[in-house]
Amino acid sequence: MTTIAEQQAAPKLTAKDFASNQEVKWCPGCGDYSILKQVQTVFPDFGVPKEDIVFISGIGCAARFTYYMDTYGMHSIHGRAAAIASGVKSLNPNLSVWMVSGDGDAFSIGGNHFIHLMRKNFDINYLVFNNQIYGLTKGQYSPTSEKGKVAKSTPYGSVEEPFNPSELALGAKASFVARSLDRDPKHMQMVLKRANEHKGTSFVEIYQNCPVFNDGTFFAYSEKETKKEQSLMLEHGKPLIFGATDNKGIKLDGTKPVIVDLNENGNSVNDLWVHDEHDKTKAHIIAGFFDTQYDGINYPRPFGVIYQEFRPTYEEGMQNQIDELIARKGKPSLDKILSGDKTWTIL
Amino acid sequence: MESVIDQKPGHVTSLVEADSIVIRFSGDSGDGMQLTGTQFTDTAAFFGKDISTFPEFPAEIRAPIGTTAGVSGFQVHFGSKEIFTPGDEYDVLVAMNSAALKVDLHQLKKGGIVIVNTAGFDKKNLGLAGYADGANPLEDGTLEGYTVHKIDVTKFTKECLAGSSLGMKEIERSKNMFVLGLLFWMFDESMDHTIAFINEKFAKKPDIAEANIKTLKAGWNYGDHTEIFVNRYKVAPAKLPKGVYRNISGNAATAIGLVAAAELSGLPLFLGSYPITPASDVLHELAKYKTSNVKTFQAEDEIAAICAAIGASYAGGLGVTTTSGPGMALKTEALGLATILEIPLLVIDIQRGGPSTGLPTKTEQSDLMQAMYGRHGEGPLPVIAACSPSDCFDTILEAARIATEHMTPVIVLTDGYIANGSEPWRFPAAADLKPFKVNFVTENNNPGGTFKPYKRDEKLSRPWVKPGTKELMHRIGGLEKQNETGNVSYDAKNHETMTRIRAEKIQKIADYIPLAKPDSGKDKGKLVVLGWGSTSGAIKTAVREAIAEGYDVSHVHLQHINPFPKNLGELLSNYDNLLIPEMNCGQLLQLIRAKYLLPAIGLSKVQGLPFTTSELKNKILEILKS
Repeated sequence: MTTIAEQQAAPKLTAKDFASNQEVKWCPGCGDYSILKQVQTVFPDFGVPKEDIVFISGIGCAARFTYYMDTYGMHSIHGRAAAIASGVKSLNPNLSVWMVSGDGDAFSIGGNHFIHLMRKNFDINYLVFNNQIYGLTKGQYSPTSEKGKVAKSTPYGSVEEPFNPSELALGAKASFVARSLDRDPKHMQMVLKRANEHKGTSFVEIYQNCPVFNDGTFFAYSEKETKKEQSLMLEHGKPLIFGATDNKGIKLDGTKPVIVDLNENGNSVNDLWVHDEHDKTKAHIIAGFFDTQYDGINYPRPFGVIYQEFRPTYEEGMQNQIDELIARKGKPSLDKILSGDKTWTIL
Repeated sequence: MESVIDQKPGHVTSLVEADSIVIRFSGDSGDGMQLTGTQFTDTAAFFGKDISTFPEFPAEIRAPIGTTAGVSGFQVHFGSKEIFTPGDEYDVLVAMNSAALKVDLHQLKKGGIVIVNTAGFDKKNLGLAGYADGANPLEDGTLEGYTVHKIDVTKFTKECLAGSSLGMKEIERSKNMFVLGLLFWMFDESMDHTIAFINEKFAKKPDIAEANIKTLKAGWNYGDHTEIFVNRYKVAPAKLPKGVYRNISGNAATAIGLVAAAELSGLPLFLGSYPITPASDVLHELAKYKTSNVKTFQAEDEIAAICAAIGASYAGGLGVTTTSGPGMALKTEALGLATILEIPLLVIDIQRGGPSTGLPTKTEQSDLMQAMYGRHGEGPLPVIAACSPSDCFDTILEAARIATEHMTPVIVLTDGYIANGSEPWRFPAAADLKPFKVNFVTENNNPGGTFKPYKRDEKLSRPWVKPGTKELMHRIGGLEKQNETGNVSYDAKNHETMTRIRAEKIQKIADYIPLAKPDSGKDKGKLVVLGWGSTSGAIKTAVREAIAEGYDVSHVHLQHINPFPKNLGELLSNYDNLLIPEMNCGQLLQLIRAKYLLPAIGLSKVQGLPFTTSELKNKILEILKS
């Protein structure tokens, strides 16, 4: 156990300290590099000793992340990282547990574990690198690929609706839902810090470019020409403003979001919808911007913390029950457990 | 031996002493037969009899009332001699309705006693049980040759509780207590134990407690005052080894075994489980031991259950998952991960009839091959099996010892028969249990260099490091690892090296387990019966009977199936014949034939039911006489 004095005496770690000795083997230009860099950049600020950090990943390109962090880690099996991380956190709540998945790992094969992780609310940070494609298996459509996606297994286009990850997470009672993207390092660092601070399961969806199988799928939100028009950067307590010259806003007409031009018709910033991270009803509407059209208009893609609520974690509940029962009843001896309540003696 | 114990005017009751008695309580699922049987068992055990029980119930929670599909039975064999099975045939059958009689009469001994609740033999019940219109087994000679007691238990119960504040439904539900009281009288057992139980169970519902006790006593008095029973029976206490006993089911023994294993190893216990018959009771039982710092986790599915257990082991706990056949199949992929991670893990498969949902409430030993070979890739794992309800305790301790000392998942096989069945257990004192304290690695095994998570000791075990340990950060995973460093490696030769090391590590466990020896009989001779798992009691009884009759036969029973005890092949080849009875189509048979090239003979039963002693004895005599 590290004492506070020791921690203070130890020199502050650097991003380099979090890099393992393994060669990073993602494709050149992969968005994963940026995510790795941002994670290694912000971790020293968290002040958590390296030995107390555990990365659990599933299978996929993203899941290799674990090998590149000089922390404890397990690169496990497809879709099951959530279940493994639940066991780690249950057993030792003192560990800082991080998970890394891709969209297939999290929402397809791991869909069941994903929803249950959200509702159980372990204090775990879950980074899902969403590139809307299967990379490691070389280019099949994923559960987040847009309908009609032409890919290896769908040469004539997919026929199914994609998941909307933040809606899925909210529907599964996530206590923290956020989105960022690989090409916005500052934003990602902010979101990672918020996720780390949040006590409960922090679901962070990170848009990540796959230069090989789905190049440019998120460029509308990351490139200069379109970024401001297509993205909505959320900030708690700030009005919803976007547009090339911050000229557009969103206000609420009942439960219906309406885009207004701030330069027209006397529209005022004061009438706009102010983001409240703790309002679940509004969070659902924001999450729905993804794929809902109102009056035939596409809404911008929101980034930032969509929703946060404060509620007890699973591991607290689990440990509290044990502590309370032991305080009330005492810890039985093994002999008492072996004998049970009813015995008889043969002389 | 017979003695007159009770004389009333014109009424003589004799007390007959018996070595052992088998009673079958049989009725509708809602008739409370499991409770009745358990109460009778607890009382008989409390007064020193040796016991073996066999609860048998339908898969449906409330199968259609009155039908044969809904019959629930509880068989108890108790005696003044050593008892190893619930008995082939019963001395007494209690049939609460027509369906119960129809299903269970065939195993009543010739001349045995049948007690029927006549209220369950009205036109409606006869019809539900599938008797032809107008047919009634109580009247058509079906029961000829048996001692029959026809009692309108329902009517007596209602009369006894007339004026009670309870509703008619609750009154009728007390009828099992009437039968229990009558049986206590018949077998001269005290009602005190059950009265205490009722008072405790219904402490918050005193009117129900009172009704049950009243009905219980009414049953006793019915036997005592009516003149229809000529005999009462007395079973003397068994000459069991001196000591303190408790009654235990296999699932309860498994749960306690896990708590003990945690204490002996010094590891916190974590159970990841998903409800499945007949394994759920281990989860239920363990969930009560929170004061022992036990963490139970009801996962979203079987896969999450084992994965959470893997996570707990990785974090430095004793990770356990419990399941039955279909759940075991779901865990297979994760079991592959645990195999290549080389971390301790207990996977407990409480087998039932399969494939698929199969016979979920019935017993079978048909997951042995799944346990042995149910992996993708080359991934041998230790497999051990429990042979009786109380042996589940010892088997769990053995599994935990192997898992932690040899850094490997261990598969434990029990089955529905011993999981639900119970027996008296002379439980050990905690001080007599051998600790196997786990020492986590905290020092770098490669001073000056990078820690090597796959550098092995003399057992070929790798170091177990808890996350949180300074300076030893490392990554493990499902990809093949370079020998010693544990770094990802796709090198062809390295994969072969690692595959062989993992297999050799499991084989080496044979150096740390007891040698095989006969449980009954000699270490050579004409015939050896080789068993594993829950067939132990029936084989032991059959072999000992045959030995007593002068036959040359022995019994060897396996706890360790992978690896086998080192001397097993040599021991088995000392006999002219080798018989392997199994509740499957011959799975151990194939393993033994393949490994030792011995011409073993199989005896197979796949009816969802355990072997009877006579089935085994007949086969033994058939081989010895041929």
